[in-house]
Amino acid sequence: MTAYPDDVIVELERRANLIRRHIIRMTRAAGSGHPGGSLSSTDILSALYFKVMHHRPTDPSWEDRDRFVLSKGHAAPAYYAALAESGYFPVEELLSLRKLGSRLQGHPSKSKLPGVEMSTGSLGQGLSVANGMALAAKLDRRAYRIYCLCGDGEMQSGQIWEAAMLGAHYELDNITAFLDRNKLQIDGPTEKIMSLEPLADKWKAFGWHVIEIDGHNMREILDACDKAKEVRNRPTMVLAHTVKGKGVSFMENALSFHGKSPNDEETKKALRELGEDI
Amino acid sequence: MKWTYASQRKEYGRALVELGKSRKDVVVLDADLSGSTRTADFAKEFPEHFFNCGIAEQNMMGVAAGLAASGKVVFASTFAVFATGRCWDQIRQSIAYPKLNVKICATHAGITVGGDGASHQTGEDVALMRTLPNFTVGVPSDAAEAFKMTKAFADWNGPCYMRMGRLDFPNVTEWDAPFKIGKGCVLRQGDDITLMGCGIMVSRCLEAAEVLERRNVSAQVINMSAIKPLDEGLVAAAVKKTGGIVTAEEHNVVSGMGAAVASYLAEHDPVPMRMVGMMDTFGESGEGEELMRKYGLTADRIIEAAEEVMRRR
Repeated sequence: MTAYPDDVIVELERRANLIRRHIIRMTRAAGSGHPGGSLSSTDILSALYFKVMHHRPTDPSWEDRDRFVLSKGHAAPAYYAALAESGYFPVEELLSLRKLGSRLQGHPSKSKLPGVEMSTGSLGQGLSVANGMALAAKLDRRAYRIYCLCGDGEMQSGQIWEAAMLGAHYELDNITAFLDRNKLQIDGPTEKIMSLEPLADKWKAFGWHVIEIDGHNMREILDACDKAKEVRNRPTMVLAHTVKGKGVSFMENALSFHGKSPNDEETKKALRELGEDI
Repeated sequence: MKWTYASQRKEYGRALVELGKSRKDVVVLDADLSGSTRTADFAKEFPEHFFNCGIAEQNMMGVAAGLAASGKVVFASTFAVFATGRCWDQIRQSIAYPKLNVKICATHAGITVGGDGASHQTGEDVALMRTLPNFTVGVPSDAAEAFKMTKAFADWNGPCYMRMGRLDFPNVTEWDAPFKIGKGCVLRQGDDITLMGCGIMVSRCLEAAEVLERRNVSAQVINMSAIKPLDEGLVAAAVKKTGGIVTAEEHNVVSGMGAAVASYLAEHDPVPMRMVGMMDTFGESGEGEELMRKYGLTADRIIEAAEEVMRRR
């Protein structure tokens, strides 16, 4: 196991903070979008795009790149910010989110934006796609890995469990999936709307290797990714405990910011909290 | 008419095996019906390139998308009712929208599934698939055409849907006849009325044309296996020549091939028209041929429709 030096962790946290500021500005400019679930995913995305994944932003179709599927497509603002900060497209374009003619659709579109591996948005489908990519990698005897970020709400859809079965059945140990367990969905707490627990036991019972982490602890995210690479004959589900709206005090655990953008005042306050000098 | 019969499914399986021999990028998926869809023939020859996804069609379509996004040409098969209705959103979101190279080749379509009854029959699959942007939709008229369409799909860039039947179909085309995606073909020349069929109903159109000939009506018969893109040029030429048209399909008349033809004609060249097909109803258990008679998928019904169209012309 790599012991990551502090400066690596600090840099990834700095990038995560940058993504958080983008999320606030983007959803403000769009007047809509999903800041809550974007902010809970941010640290995972920062670790993946700036440290874990092998990818070439200037050559998005490089054959040996690791693949990433954003199954929870509504976290598009965080995803786009990570892609732009990686160099897939100009950072200035982020503010075109949801605008007519923009490549930054409300939910990711593969055919519009370089770096987007799969169009998502209709929940519950991304893990199946990751399965297909993982089967292709095995067929071609290539070493690249498939990363997939799922939301907890979409664990309620049957297709997720169909995908869970197939991943285990075909021993797809080249998949590292994340479950962004922020415990809230649009209508309320997941356990009130449609109980999901015990999630770790369910994934274990379906034959997956499960690692539970604090999804905002950079060191734990990196360690989980390293451990997943060592697992043989089983896919890995990283059950990441997160906070919806993480990083902005009044958005944390606030249902209202699932699918609502901040107003001008909230935007200023949020950016100030995130350390922006305004 | 004296027909010889052949199985579309068998020819589909044979085409897949041929593809497997010549190309390394072909991958085949099934959802626990590989014996019936004949993808098992491919699985036997190329086990590494075949994945049974179990009774989980939604996941299968996502897996197909992931494979296609990784450069594979993916054939995904199961019964038509499950291949389309059960996983329509997955097809829409993960295959049609990103325009991926997935070929959904479904069998046991229509009412001729027979004894399994309405739960396993489908008169809606063509409607569901042709409404999806980016999709190519074909309904082969016989076994030879199913073989050729399979091969053509493999070379076509983008998502495709092909519907096949369970029963052996009458052979209505020649093995050496050319086949091109988006192109129908004239099987019988005629001046008085156009009979346009797809799938098994092409044979019924040919039977109807023979009867009509004895009544001194010269009917042109067209095999419209190209549902989307529709062979509009052929439709236009046909109605220019005959001034009236009857479509026939083993599918609900709501949004099937006939409706595609009607949309085109309404906009470009309105002529008297009738559609023969399932009249917005579910089927039931029975023998395939019995069901076709009971639900009006017959040469007699096509003849009645043709005579009515000619009166209105």
